[in-house]
Amino acid sequence: MEKKIITDFENTFKNSLLNDEIKYRKDFLNKFIETGFPSKKIESWKFSDLNQIINNHIEKLIFYNDIKKSYQIDETIYLKNLEHNRIVFINGKLEETKLDHEDPRKIKILKETKIERNNLHDNALINLNNAFTINNYTIYIENNYNVKKPLIIYHITNSELNSTNINIQLNISLGENSSLKIIDLYNDNSKKNFINIYYNFDLKKDSVLKNFKLDNLNNDNIKYSFNNIEQDANSISETFILSSGSRFIKNEINCNLNGKYSSAFVNGIFSLNEKKHHEIKTNINHLVENTKSYQLIKSVLDNFSKAVYQGKIYVNQNAQKTDGYQLSKAILLNENSEFNAKPELEIYADDVKCSHGSASGSLNDNSIFYLRSRGLSYKEAKNLLIKGFLLDVIEKITDEEIKNIIKIMTGLSK
Amino acid sequence: MREKELEKLKDYKYGFSTDIENFKSPKGLNEEVIKFISKVKKEPQWLLDWRLKAFNRLKVLKEPNWQKPKYPKIDYQDLYYYSAPKSFKEKPKSLDELDPKLLETYKKLGIPLQEQKRLNGIAVDAVFDSVSVATTFKDKLTEKGIIFCSISEAVQKYPELVKKYLGTVIPITDHFFATLNSAVFTDGSFVYIPPNTRCPMELSTYFRINASDTGQFERTLIIADKGSYVSYLEGCTAPMRDENQLHAANVELIALDDAEIKYSTVQNWYPGDKDGKGGIYNFVTKRGLCKGINSKISWTQVETGSAITWKYPSCILQGDNSIGEFYSIAITNNHQKADTGTKMIHIGKNTKSKIISKGISAGQSDMTYRGLVDIFQKAKNSSNYTQCDSLLMGNKCGAHTVPYIKNKNFDSTIAHEATTSKISEEQLYYCQQRGLNSEEAVSLIVNGFCKEVLQQLPMEFAVEAQKLVGISLEGSVG
Repeated sequence: MEKKIITDFENTFKNSLLNDEIKYRKDFLNKFIETGFPSKKIESWKFSDLNQIINNHIEKLIFYNDIKKSYQIDETIYLKNLEHNRIVFINGKLEETKLDHEDPRKIKILKETKIERNNLHDNALINLNNAFTINNYTIYIENNYNVKKPLIIYHITNSELNSTNINIQLNISLGENSSLKIIDLYNDNSKKNFINIYYNFDLKKDSVLKNFKLDNLNNDNIKYSFNNIEQDANSISETFILSSGSRFIKNEINCNLNGKYSSAFVNGIFSLNEKKHHEIKTNINHLVENTKSYQLIKSVLDNFSKAVYQGKIYVNQNAQKTDGYQLSKAILLNENSEFNAKPELEIYADDVKCSHGSASGSLNDNSIFYLRSRGLSYKEAKNLLIKGFLLDVIEKITDEEIKNIIKIMTGLSK
Repeated sequence: MREKELEKLKDYKYGFSTDIENFKSPKGLNEEVIKFISKVKKEPQWLLDWRLKAFNRLKVLKEPNWQKPKYPKIDYQDLYYYSAPKSFKEKPKSLDELDPKLLETYKKLGIPLQEQKRLNGIAVDAVFDSVSVATTFKDKLTEKGIIFCSISEAVQKYPELVKKYLGTVIPITDHFFATLNSAVFTDGSFVYIPPNTRCPMELSTYFRINASDTGQFERTLIIADKGSYVSYLEGCTAPMRDENQLHAANVELIALDDAEIKYSTVQNWYPGDKDGKGGIYNFVTKRGLCKGINSKISWTQVETGSAITWKYPSCILQGDNSIGEFYSIAITNNHQKADTGTKMIHIGKNTKSKIISKGISAGQSDMTYRGLVDIFQKAKNSSNYTQCDSLLMGNKCGAHTVPYIKNKNFDSTIAHEATTSKISEEQLYYCQQRGLNSEEAVSLIVNGFCKEVLQQLPMEFAVEAQKLVGISLEGSVG
């Protein structure tokens, strides 16, 4: 792989970057080559051996990207029943930004080709991203500005793409007392690609971020999405993950609660069948006093699917009065499905309220019996129970409009 | 000087050492030392070969480093792997021949070896450094066909049993410390309960580390044949020394069809002084195999001692309908560190397991619960319930929970709960209002917190453990 990745790297950026920039990126590349794709030997990849998954599924991964090439947008895939702003990535290239509903002085998108050198990371995939991402975009939102309509980021891949690695990097900076809703929508017509997405959020005082990551359409790609969230005092972050469509996806969230009274919410649904293997990993770091976090993950697993939830709550020594909660529940529908969990607490302060719970099993026989005795068929009863089980998570969404869209998308509306 | 010593002993009353002449192996870890141990113990060739095989494996193994408590590198060449009182070169035939100093030591520890003085019916096997010094109540047990003796004796007298079961639960290739133990183990207890027999009394082993610069590597093997029952207790203490001492034991339990083994530990090795100097490194591998159908293995542990505790008593539920249980109280104070928990491996159908873990950390200590529940695809209709609660006292200590949960069977259910909290002001106020001082109040609340586990201990042990819980936390409030 080593030779291939270096030539791919040189071919990709040959005529487009300054020598200095290439030099910076090479550091990341070398670091990545040193470690390779993470394998199960690394604790955080214990349940999902990415190296093996890529080797088995993609066989030969291409790192080369033709950055001059542009793609036609198929407008039919835009979400119709929701007024929104949009950013469109096609095959990893930014093709359109449209912020029609907003005040252009208050929200800006900047483009950079330079990658900060001090970003050298323990996470191999972020190093890979830093080396190969075409541009580094930053969305700035001014103080006291509430972005009016949701911003949808379309991640589109078309059938021209095959066995290729794509890296997207986005920084989002929310000024004081501002708010933003982001929907990540995946739409894939490609096969066997490895898509690596890295978001970096910076939430200033009193700001509110809502991020909905919706991977709903069946596709044959392997994805890794990493959200790093830095939160100042009184800020709120709410992340909702719908994990359902891809062959493999790992959503990782690292949230640092740096300011007092800040809070983080993570809600997730795994709805899997076939041979899908999905993972959610969270790292919530309570670093100062009076912070709060809440996590709820529910899974419904059919056929040969496998879901993994690794959630960690870390409480620093001076983070007194922390309130941390974590719950994961799974229904296994088939004898070949599998659920793995590692809900972890690491606590160094004594005046805290932290708890976690995890449960997994099959559908409750008594509930099925209850419904059948009232005239429902087995299939209806089963569907009703699953629907109720998952709706519990969706009801946690605090934005009515988006909640309804997600209900329709998942087939859980009335 | 003496006064100073006495002052120190107040905190850890088992901290005295016995001045007794020792017979030691040469220092260091090599083939010669292993041959030496084997020769001293007059072992058959197959066991020596077995040890050497483990030693060869050890050469390629590395010490694990994933655990939370880190410790300075241990120089394995700077340890004595065999130490015995000199009077033991020829094993005494009866208690009357035993060195009076040894009897005195055990008396001080509250374990009288002379049977006639005993009121409670517990058979004891006492292990002093590397050798078993005495086993009590032998005749009464022999009547029933129960074998309870030191493992060295078992190797001589019942080689076919030892050969059949030794290393079947913890193979010699398992991990660094287990392999080290297999290569150099010195003594320990051996128990065999014949079919359809209920052991009429509690069996107990008492471990004592006395000599300095010694590692204690004991090996315990308990076999409960079809339809039998045994309850086994284990206690440990060590003198106060400034350097750290290593204790790496292997315990294997095997329960055949319909058999039940109850294994209780009160571990009170020397924890080191207030500044974290000295103390025992307690790196123990304990594993039980529910081999037969309807078998049951239950672990209960009260961990109050040791500078570092690092152990995971586990159950492999191989037989259909087998049951595994784990009840644990772990208390750390001052600079103690504990990384403990269990593994429940469900292989057979209808297997059940239960984990109740209570961790209390005070002072500047650090406590981790680490557990694995793994339900295999064929383990239909299995269930697990886990509850791990932590109590923090003071803001310099840490409490962590790291459970691994794997469910590969859709018929099975797993439930896991964990909480972390501190003793609330209201609870303390309530108790103090009723005339308890703050230490009594804390002791009462903590005992209540631990009740579920304490109840699992046999009577005599429960009382001792309850006191121990109180003592371990002395000085941690205020």
